[in-house]
Amino acid sequence: MNLTYTPEQRAFRAEIRDWLARHVPDKPLPSFDATREGFEAHRAWERTLAEGRWGMVTWPREYGGRGVDLIQWLIFEEEYYRSGAPGRVNQNGIFLLGPTLMEFGTPEQKARFLPAMASGDEIWAQAWSEPQAGSDLASVRATATRDGDHYMLNGLKTWSSRAAFADWAFGLFRTEPGSQRHKGLTLILFPLNAPGVTVKPIARIDGKVGFAEIFLDDVRVPVSQRLGDDGQGWHICMVTAGFERGLMLRSPARYQVAAARLAALYRRQGNPADSATRAAVARAWMDAEAYALSIYSTASRILAGQPIGPETSTNKIFWSELDVALNRVALSILGARAELMPDPDEPDPTGDWLDDYIFSLAGPIYAGSNEIQRNIIAERMLGLPR
Amino acid sequence: MNFTFTDEQKMLAEVVRKLMDDRCPPPALRSLMDAGAVHDKGRWAAIVETGLMPVLVPAEQDGLGLAEVDFAIVAEAAGRAALPEPLVEHAGIALPLLAAAAPGHTLLSAAMAGEVTVAIGHPVNPLVADADTAAALLLVHDGELHLVERDAVRLIRKPSIDPFRRLFAVEWVPSPASRLATAATAGPLLADALDRGALFAAAQCLGIAQRCVDLAVDYAKERTQFGKPIGSTQAVKHLLANVQVKIEFARPVLQSAAARFAARDVRSRAVISHAKLVAAEAADLGARTAIQVHGAMGYSWEVDVHFFLKRALALTYAWGDPAFHTARIEQRVLNHPLGPDQTFLNETDHA
Ligand SMILES: Cc1cc2nc3c(=O)[nH]c(=O)nc-3n(C[C@H](O)[C@H](O)[C@H](O)COP(=O)(O)OP(=O)(O)OC[C@H]3O[C@@H](n4cnc5c(N)ncnc54)[C@H](O)[C@@H]3O)c2cc1C
Repeated sequence: MNLTYTPEQRAFRAEIRDWLARHVPDKPLPSFDATREGFEAHRAWERTLAEGRWGMVTWPREYGGRGVDLIQWLIFEEEYYRSGAPGRVNQNGIFLLGPTLMEFGTPEQKARFLPAMASGDEIWAQAWSEPQAGSDLASVRATATRDGDHYMLNGLKTWSSRAAFADWAFGLFRTEPGSQRHKGLTLILFPLNAPGVTVKPIARIDGKVGFAEIFLDDVRVPVSQRLGDDGQGWHICMVTAGFERGLMLRSPARYQVAAARLAALYRRQGNPADSATRAAVARAWMDAEAYALSIYSTASRILAGQPIGPETSTNKIFWSELDVALNRVALSILGARAELMPDPDEPDPTGDWLDDYIFSLAGPIYAGSNEIQRNIIAERMLGLPR
Repeated sequence: MNFTFTDEQKMLAEVVRKLMDDRCPPPALRSLMDAGAVHDKGRWAAIVETGLMPVLVPAEQDGLGLAEVDFAIVAEAAGRAALPEPLVEHAGIALPLLAAAAPGHTLLSAAMAGEVTVAIGHPVNPLVADADTAAALLLVHDGELHLVERDAVRLIRKPSIDPFRRLFAVEWVPSPASRLATAATAGPLLADALDRGALFAAAQCLGIAQRCVDLAVDYAKERTQFGKPIGSTQAVKHLLANVQVKIEFARPVLQSAAARFAARDVRSRAVISHAKLVAAEAADLGARTAIQVHGAMGYSWEVDVHFFLKRALALTYAWGDPAFHTARIEQRVLNHPLGPDQTFLNETDHA
């Protein structure tokens, strides 16, 4: 156990901190979930990141990365969130599909898709869920029917984040007619502007079009866009889900920065006599720190050659619940002003707390609901019978 | 930056775990209780033989000179077994305090050999644990640290709900002869003792929490109702999963707290307090959940869960209660820099 950074790690931190200080836009970009304009502004930011080779630091250089290890990735994320840099519009690509491609893609697929992903030229959506296949993902019905060296995609995908404006999607399809459950499923990449694809944005509870339905009507895609083998789709999806719940999608810095903002809010506006709120602020900090420590611990184990285990499920529960709790504390400090929408005329704007709170409510649902994670913990970690 | 244990530490964990499994299974706790005995001499001898006494005594004083990270491993195993003997208070807290306050003291070698134990009356705790079996007591008067022989004090037993905790009020008269350290010298040493006490209480709580989950899981696999094991019922699964989540996010905090002990600043102390709070919460939730999962059996004297419930209860308030530790954390959170780049920094890193 050695909880200090090496000189190399410290130099890496200094380098990214310096770069961010010079490049992060002064004003926050408009939301990537509300308008095409906001989405494109975020794509432009991804290009800026890529020019600095900061798009995805853990990737090999040939794919636009820097080939650094997970500890440096955490350092990157820490500086990224500290700097207030824009959200990653391509998170489904860089955090989920990217690592999956790295593991299962052919050399041609990696060369074709990874650099364009790192540069923001191709922004990805995840097309797994269907109306009848939510938690029970193995009940997907959308089909990919083999036709020579092509597949014909048919069916309906839903709740696909960013799909309203994204370029590509990675979807789970039934390639074996009549197959049941998790057998006969295959992962296929398809462009969202292909003939036969219709994307219908769905408004979220905040009114933004953060996700979409994807209608597929005889969409022709070459077999070269299949990831892995026919029938390997379920296995690949579970590996991707590991990245999603576990290490990548929600790096701890996000919550540590939020906890620091919360403490600042409390110092500014909190009632010093309100010891319950003070304790809740401390608790938010503790939870964010605990999450960070646990991720450093996981990263150390992965670097020591061990596989990522069921902690993906405990992580998912922990980050999603801490996010809700943290934002609720902020609202309680704002009190009767908590309900106010952002308003430039307000003398004392309440900030993004309301937005962050509303978004946090989705955390226990997506990436596998927390109830499903509890099932997984009970059955796979504790060995309780199904 | 590396959170993994060394091979030596992994081996230590295995050895101590096995020692506790062999020497301190629940039936052994029950026979000790039935015999009305205080400690099990054979078990203590086995613990001493394993070499656990001098773990935290510096190598210059013939100790092993290991660190808090190492002793936390020992304490976790002791908690997991609800060990009755004062391994943690003697070897984890009193011995390093005595070694630091009075290097070369005549009592030290016998205490390091486990022939005698030393009890500690720290100002944060109202009573002294295991004072009756100790050869001497480390006591505090006006901030000064004293070492007093057991025969020179009057002990008044205060029964604890934990059948294996022996608590005493101590009546004693300080004298220049008993004084080991002035208030100025004793202050930092007592602060260390408090941090070790809190840290190792946290480690024990983590062991307790996992033991409670393990006991409940075993039972939930066996007990059937409605024609199937109760553990296949989702409501039961989720109760236990919630405890496991608590444990998983207390463990890295404990490890980080132990690794940062030596910094002795507001930041390292906040992490120790964090560990103490969340590990105690995990133990409390674990014990209550284990009782719930066992149903009426869990409420009976016959099932072992209550031993762990009671130890968890005691340790939650010993070595600083939740209010004490929350205050230390608030002090850090409201007065010092926060953020992801701060997690592993010490105060001196900012000078
Ligand atoms: C903001 C957001 C973004 C999303 N983005 C994407 C995306 O990009 N791509 C994509 O493919 N999908 C996406 N999803 C969909 C997400 O994966 C599903 O919502 C999730 O898997 C749950 O499925 P469901 O909504 O159909 O709920 P259901 O499965 O119908 O579940 C409803 C409730 O029942 C509970 N439940 C269901 N089954 C069980 C069980 N066996 N045991 C215990 N409780 C159970 C659930 O926990 C939940 O509380 C997104 C969802 C949200 C909210």
